[in-house]
This record gives sequence, C-alpha cells and structure tokens, in this order.
Amino acid sequence: MTDTTTVATAAPVLPTRRRRLRPGQVVAGVLRYLALIVATVVFLIPFYLIVRNALSSDLEITSPNWQLIPSKIHWENFSELFTDASVNLLQGLANSALIAVLQTAGQLLLCSWAGYALARIPYRHANKIFYAVLITLMIPPAVTFIPSFIIVSQLQWVDTYQGIIVPVLFSGFTTFLFRQYFLSFPRELEEAARVDGLGYVGSFWRVVVPNSGAFFSAIAVITFIASWNAFLWPLVIGQDSSKWTVQVALSTFLTAQTINLHELFLAAAVSIVPLVLVFVFLQRYLVLGVANTGIKG
Amino acid sequence: MSSSTATLEASAVRTTPRRPRRMKEATRAFWIFMAPFVIGLLIFVYLPIVWSVVLSFSRAQNTVTPGDWVGLKNYVDLLRPGPFLNSLITFTIFAAFIVPLTFALSLGLALLLNRVPVAKGFFRSVFFLPTACSYVVASLVWKLSIFNGVRFGLANTVLSWFGVDNIPWLATTSPPWYWMVIVTLRLWIQVGFYMILFLAGLQSISPELYEAAEIDGAKPGWQTFRFITLPQLRATSVAVLLLLLINAYQAFDEFFNLLGNSSFARPPLVYLYYTAQGNQDFGHGSAGAVILALLIMILTLAQGRVFGFGRADD
Repeated sequence: MTDTTTVATAAPVLPTRRRRLRPGQVVAGVLRYLALIVATVVFLIPFYLIVRNALSSDLEITSPNWQLIPSKIHWENFSELFTDASVNLLQGLANSALIAVLQTAGQLLLCSWAGYALARIPYRHANKIFYAVLITLMIPPAVTFIPSFIIVSQLQWVDTYQGIIVPVLFSGFTTFLFRQYFLSFPRELEEAARVDGLGYVGSFWRVVVPNSGAFFSAIAVITFIASWNAFLWPLVIGQDSSKWTVQVALSTFLTAQTINLHELFLAAAVSIVPLVLVFVFLQRYLVLGVANTGIKG
Repeated sequence: MSSSTATLEASAVRTTPRRPRRMKEATRAFWIFMAPFVIGLLIFVYLPIVWSVVLSFSRAQNTVTPGDWVGLKNYVDLLRPGPFLNSLITFTIFAAFIVPLTFALSLGLALLLNRVPVAKGFFRSVFFLPTACSYVVASLVWKLSIFNGVRFGLANTVLSWFGVDNIPWLATTSPPWYWMVIVTLRLWIQVGFYMILFLAGLQSISPELYEAAEIDGAKPGWQTFRFITLPQLRATSVAVLLLLLINAYQAFDEFFNLLGNSSFARPPLVYLYYTAQGNQDFGHGSAGAVILALLIMILTLAQGRVFGFGRADD
C-alpha cells in the first residue's frame, strides 16, 4: 500500500515517444472525452440541485415547469434561514466545527504518538501491544455503537461533547497507518538528533513531526471529513438538540418535514461549504490520504 | 507487567552496565507515547466489546447491567426467521449487487481517466467531489429533489419526456423502486473515492510492462488489460473489494434518512439502532452486534483468502 502512495504523488511517468495517431485512436480519444463529459454532467447534477433549490422559493422548487436557473435568485433565503428560530443551524454548524476540529487534533496526537512508539522505540513487549491494536481493526466501527453507547452512558457522557469526541479518538487504523509511515521515515535524521542529545520525545517533536507535514496533513484532512460527515454516533450520543451536529440537525428536519424546502436545501448547501473548501485547497493531501488509507470518506 | 520488566532490567544492569540506561529510557519513552492511546483503547474499545458480549447472553431490557443469564437465547431469537435474519439476507443480496457494480464503475472511470492528456485534474476533482457530501445531504437531494415521486421531481420529469408515467420512488414496495434511489445515491458518493484508489494503482504499474507486452504482440485494449493491468491491480482490487463489502453491511445513514424504520430494505444496523435505542433492549441489540461483527470478520477473512490478501503485493 505504501508503494502505491509514493508513486501516486509523483507525476505519472508516461512514455514520451511520439507516434503518429491512427484514425482509430483519434476516434477512441474523442469517445473517451465524450464519456468523461457525460459522466461529469451526471456527477454535478446533485450539486446543481442543492444550489438551485437553495436559492429558489418553495413554489419554484415544486413547479412542474422545470427551470434550469430560477428566474429570481432569492438571496434573502440566507437571512431567513439564519434567523429561523426553529432551525438552529448555527448551533449545529458550531457543534460540528468544534467536534471535527477536536477529533482531528486528538486523533493526530494520540495516534501519531502510538504509531511512533510502535515503529521506533525498542521495547520488548512492543509486538504484543501492536497485535492488540491490530485486532481492533477487525471489528467494524459501526458495529460497536451499542457497546460503546453502554460505556458512554455509564460515564454519564450522553449529550456531552466529550461523549461524541473521545470514544472515536482511539483509532487502531490511524495508529497502524502512522506506524507504517514512521517505519519508512529515514533513521539517519533521528540518529543525528540523538547524537545532539535529544531523547525520543525531543527527537519526535523537533525532527520527526516537522519533517512529516504532508503525511500529517493527509490524515488530518481525511479525519476531518469523516468527522464532519459522521452520522450514527453523533445521532446516538447527541440526543438533545443543543448537541446536534449539522448532519443530525439536517436529518431531523428531513424526516420531520417541518421546514421549508428552500431552507432545508440552503442548510445542506451551507453544511458542505467547509468540505468543498477543503477539497479546493487541500486536494493534494486528500488524494494522498485516500490513496494511502482507503478509509471510508 | 511493571514488576516483570523491573526484574528484567535489574538483571540486565548486572551484566552490561551501559545498555540498561538506554533500555530503561526506551521503555519509559515507549509508555509516555503509548499510554494515552492504550488506556483509551482499553476503556473505549476492549471494555465495551467484552461488556457487550456478556450482555448478549443476558436478558437486558432497559438496563445495561448484565442480569438474568439466558445463554444463547438472544442469538436464537435473532437467527430465527424474523426481521433481523431478513435484513441479513436482504443485505447479502444488496452486497452482491452493489459491490461488483461500484467496483466496475470506479475501475472504469479510473481507466478512462488514466491516459487522458488534458484536463485530467478537472475530471478527477469532479468525480471525487461527492466524497465531500455526507449521506445525509445526499439523501436530502435524492429524496426531496431527484426521486421525490411527484411530477416536479427530476427523475420523473426526465422520464415524462419519454412518455413514462410518474413513479412513486420511495412510496411503493412493489416493484421496489427504492433500490434505484439507494443504489444511485451510493454509487454517486462512493465511486470517486474508489476511483482514486484505482488511479493510484494504475500509476504504479511500470510502463515497461506495457512495452514488453507490445513487443510480445499483445494487442492494446482487452489483451493488455486482461494480462497486464488486471493482475497488476490485484492488491488494490482486494482492498477495494474488502472495503466495499464491509461498507455494504454497515449501511445506515441513507437508509435511516430515506426509509426510516421500514420493514423492507432495513439494514442490520438500522434494526439494531431501533432495538437498542427505541426498545432499550440491550440483550438482543448486543447479540445482533456480535453476529454482525462476526459475519463481517468471516467475510473479510474468506475474501482475503480467495483473492490472496497478504501475499506479496507486487
């Protein structure tokens, strides 16, 4: 798996030898682009619908005469949504942001420490502990929501931020990825640091972390997206609306149908803005991270 | 644990005077780095699982304290013909459809994209972008805009151009049009993600292999795909198949939002959610979670075996 990633980040090496194109190849090329363009349109339709409906009135959304672009752009939908007391979207967005940021930071910290220890520090029982971590990879996270709920409720953590954040921090998978990464980290750099008198902790912070920006960013982006889009766990733990994440809030409105269509679509549009920004600015890391991990996005 | 390491270190001190300091330092550093994670793992992963297994053998209604020991009764209840068994069967069929379909489409897109000289980054971004959408947001668009079952919905509007009557996508169980809604939603969200995995795999194939094949007289197209590309992608393919299979059995978000607690097309996790959260029946809920976890583990191992997971990657 590590092999694939290193290659993925490098530019694809294609033979540069130029050949005259046969007519068949030209036709194939045209067909290829045609297929890609059709697929592009299909893939973008749902995004178009979100934006279109978010800026329409309910009447236009439900009109049988399909309009590609609403005749009037209803910018006032924004102020309507954010002043609607029954929606509380701002609270949901704030909760999601807080939870996603803390979860990402916490997982990076804990899992990189553990991965580093497992990869680099010679300790006689390290292998046994590594196996104990590996075993947890076999247990699908969604299946453990009942047992985890039992512990969280015993800790009186239902309806708290820590109840949503903390249990998800101890990811065997992220630790495994960090271990694999640190195994391939050049040893010479750390040895130089040790000659300079740094211990393990010192060389981790001063040498390893500053030289691992791309990998940390990749894991951070993936974790952030997974956390922002998580649904089952926040639904189970955040039972009071003051702790709803934006996904739980949207789901509640979706199933209850108590909200205007245009407000609902605008709320959905607002909820994907942070992730679209991540996509636009950090796609390099995102692709690296996905190619590396294959975590469900 | 600490006492045994202490004695081992003490014996090491006597024999070699210089190494033990480093060993002691290493042990200490190891636990400084490892302790927070291990403690969390014990409390939030191991303890819940053990607790849940114990509960699965108990009658635990409205309580999470193991009470009456009922042996395998909860398991027998669930595996008798009934809603849980139905959902396992339904989702085995679902997996048999969605896994090959997603696999083929994401590999197809990756192959289309791999050799494209212009605008490759643009197309890749477009196909990958749905990953940013949560299943909740996608469910909203699918349920209220594309497949809302009335005339103004996108799907019905397009179908009406071809003279097809209104289809009540989610409101009818026979014919089961809701599968159309769910499968298209899942494909839209997942395909781009697996396409990236395949693209990474394709780019790691050495061009020399293709040159060698050309010299050996293999025709570009099906032959090179069959004898070079596909075998070279084996590691990626196995990973993709495993992830898809696990995801199919873990389906929850879109079913919960599109169909609620329906008696048809109810994923095992939705059933367990309502058993544990709605009925507060933690005995049956835990037993169901254990069954599902075992099923996924067995399938993962079996699939790994069939497709040679763990053999040399290249």
